[in-house]
Amino acid sequence: MSILTYISKRLAQAIPVLLIISLFAFSIIHLVPGDPVHVMLGSHASEESIATLRNQLGLDKPLTTQYVEFLTKAIGLDFGSSLFLRAPVGPIVVERAKNSASLLIYAVIVSLSIAVPLAMLAAVRRNRLPDHLVRIFTTVAFAMPAFWTALLLVLIFSLRLKLFPTSGLGQGFPDRILSLTLPAITVGFYLAPVLLRSLRASLTETLSAEFVEAARARGLSEGRVLFKHVLRNSLIAMITVLGVNIGFLISGAVVVENVFAIPGLGSLMVSSVISRDYPVVVALILVFGVAVVFVNLLVDLSYAVLDPRIRL
Amino acid sequence: MTSPDLDRGHIPSSAWKRLQNRALSDRRWSAYTLWAGIVIILLISVISFGAPLFGFTEPNQTDLLNTLAPPSWEHPFGTDDLGRDVLTRVVYAGRVDLTFGIITTYVSLFIGLFIGALAGYFGGLFDTIVMRLVDLVISFPFIVLILAIAAIVGPGLTGAYIGVLVVSWALYARLTRGEMLAMREKQYIMNAQTLGYSTWRIIFIHSIPNLLRSNLVFSMSDIVLNILTLAALSYLGLGVAPPTAEWGEIIAQGQKHLFTAWWISTLPGLIIVLVGVGFSLVGDGLADRLGEHGGGA
Amino acid sequence: MNQNTQPSNPGQQHDGPLLDIVDLTIGFADARGIVLAANQINLEIQANQTFGLLGESGCGKSITLRSILGLVPYPGEVVAGQIYWQGHDLLQLSRKEMESVRGLDISMIFQDPTSSLNPVFTIGDQIVETLKVKLKMSKQDAQARAVELLELVGIPSPEQRLKLYPHQLSGGMRQRVMIALAIASQPRLLLADEPTTALDVTIQDQILNLLADIQHQTGMAIILVSHDVGVVAQNCDVIAVMYSGKIMESGLAHDVIQTPRHPYTRGLLEAVPTLEGAGQHHPLKSIPGQPPNLADLPPGCPFQPRCPFVRDECATITVQLDHQLPEHGSACPFVS
Repeated sequence: MSILTYISKRLAQAIPVLLIISLFAFSIIHLVPGDPVHVMLGSHASEESIATLRNQLGLDKPLTTQYVEFLTKAIGLDFGSSLFLRAPVGPIVVERAKNSASLLIYAVIVSLSIAVPLAMLAAVRRNRLPDHLVRIFTTVAFAMPAFWTALLLVLIFSLRLKLFPTSGLGQGFPDRILSLTLPAITVGFYLAPVLLRSLRASLTETLSAEFVEAARARGLSEGRVLFKHVLRNSLIAMITVLGVNIGFLISGAVVVENVFAIPGLGSLMVSSVISRDYPVVVALILVFGVAVVFVNLLVDLSYAVLDPRIRL
Repeated sequence: MTSPDLDRGHIPSSAWKRLQNRALSDRRWSAYTLWAGIVIILLISVISFGAPLFGFTEPNQTDLLNTLAPPSWEHPFGTDDLGRDVLTRVVYAGRVDLTFGIITTYVSLFIGLFIGALAGYFGGLFDTIVMRLVDLVISFPFIVLILAIAAIVGPGLTGAYIGVLVVSWALYARLTRGEMLAMREKQYIMNAQTLGYSTWRIIFIHSIPNLLRSNLVFSMSDIVLNILTLAALSYLGLGVAPPTAEWGEIIAQGQKHLFTAWWISTLPGLIIVLVGVGFSLVGDGLADRLGEHGGGA
Repeated sequence: MNQNTQPSNPGQQHDGPLLDIVDLTIGFADARGIVLAANQINLEIQANQTFGLLGESGCGKSITLRSILGLVPYPGEVVAGQIYWQGHDLLQLSRKEMESVRGLDISMIFQDPTSSLNPVFTIGDQIVETLKVKLKMSKQDAQARAVELLELVGIPSPEQRLKLYPHQLSGGMRQRVMIALAIASQPRLLLADEPTTALDVTIQDQILNLLADIQHQTGMAIILVSHDVGVVAQNCDVIAVMYSGKIMESGLAHDVIQTPRHPYTRGLLEAVPTLEGAGQHHPLKSIPGQPPNLADLPPGCPFQPRCPFVRDECATITVQLDHQLPEHGSACPFVS
């Protein structure tokens, strides 16, 4: 099977998932108890403005027509207009998605640089002091609320050491990196214990594999055995663990964006839920859904590249 | 189970001591985690639910002459901008958070157990659909899903309860279905239907130890996750609304004074971490006891 | 017993046994307690010799073999004894020194060739890496040598095979690759841990013959660990029989197989369809009872619960061979 057939097959499998997500997004406005238009505009709105909004949202048409229209528009990235920001949702989402993506990538790098060395240490010194210390770290880090970690970091690094800004995104690349550092550390730290737990388990398994013993018996140095043979074998496990926890990662980022006032999708989601800006909420659910499906596709594809036993 | 009469006269005593210490420290670690966790959880629950007995009278007692006071003997966690004692608020908040964590976890465990058992037992189309849904719920960013529910139901504790339940049944369903499938395979081999019991009953009864093990162990981290989720929602202004004391709410209220009164936002977090560590320790201890991973060699 | 404690000069020809294991004892400890996986093992291996270590799984033969290369995993360790390699105690070596002994003087092959090669690197990568690291070869030299090695172990069209991943080869081919890796540096001793157990019967013979050929050409010694009486009987010069961490009997292969002295060895031999008597109607006997639980051994002889000749004194004896190699020794003072 060629890589293209494989991709198209996987995409086809993703369609039902995307349809379920779109149905959920679509139904949100209809699940709101009472009249959603009243909820959105408040109780003092005039009959006229209510009718206009209802018409604008297409709520006066039959449900199936509404859904089909919703889907076709969504495919063209047309999510209607934000009631609160009074602008088309599409461009806002695209702009903010860039900021969120930068944060997520930065956070993954931070998280892996915490989790991989510690998992390695714990697995190599299994059931000994380093392993116990890593276990304590994992347990404590897992229990730390991300927004609280963020505040601690702000107190130490922004207030005391004045190394990083407390909130927002600066202008230009170096400034952005600087502004994203504390948020990325927070999200990375939030994800790290989850990655660490799975990685420790998978590294332990790899370390007990016969090929590791065989490599040692061949007289390869311990460093070479660990950093070439074991780590290369665990790459697949790492990517799997990342893929499985993509939802957890995004959840952390959503909260942390709000702490640091980063104009990303997460802060947009929260402000839109608070202001009952349903078109934006609906668009964001779709965007997050597509992102998750896309990442899972990437994960599957990377297996094929990394593991010679899997042939497409 | 050390063999008493090992033939070991030839072993230097230093080497033998090393082995004995290794065996002992292994045992100590797994014995203490469970009890340490239980003690932490009990201690915090008792203080929280029996607050007045420990001198914590009123979480919203303001004292405008004593606002933003730093930690002292009288106010170990300091006071906030209304002069309320932060520790008292943290203690009362524990009622909301612990109740939330435990109810959401065990209701979703029950729902997940039920759905997963049915899916694993019947298989077929029902199983396929359920598991697709489970995969979707698990891979979707849970906070986005919960925020979406909050958008429907409106902000508040009810929205948080519904949101977390909608999300967290899925992992239990997956765990349970796996155990049921494994059990069904075994059962076919043993062919126990001949005993006259219904297969359903046999499978379910036989699966209970495995179901309990995996679901119970996981439920401990789930309690932590759910408490953290409620705190995050309240922090974002979508969970418990002020003036009701809740851990995330306290931290959010303190954030505007972070640079002048650091204690309001930072010290309550320590209690959240302590509770989380407590439940995780119980989970680890249970996993050890219930033989999820029997030690080494 | 050869107590060769005088370290000979490196490089100088050493005239004791190639490998002399003295009172080797290996302990494991975890939450369940302490076990001695190998207890006071004494073995002598001469150059050019094939030494068979025979026993049921879990008797400690594999861990004994691993201890020679310092590969006893945590939570286990060698707690007593010496392992003299040409007069030097390997247990005194630093990690770095041990790493240079491995794969150079002493090599090892494993039970399951499916899992003893790294699945994500090609055969060529793994052989070339070893040659570069261990023999300091250039990349070109290593590649040329890799082709030679594969030819030597009987792998057809070696250039193409080098580009393949382990899963693209058959089990027998993979074991040949492992052998190629092991003999790359012309070691003086090859440790073979159940090298044919995971293979088909026809392939088994091919692999064992290959090992014998290589031994014939290079003069290396082999320690063959196996649970298979037939394999050991046919291929070894000397045999030691292990049970629950103890040597029960040792001697020249011919002596041990023809005139077994220890009840356990007798049991093992009776459990095998006889070599000469194939076709005759011998009822196949197996040793009654369960393999021993190392954490719960009876006092005295560990074989008591399964021994047809058991008597009260068995609980009081010290399990010790009455003669050391090359004579035929048994650890049972009552049956002979």
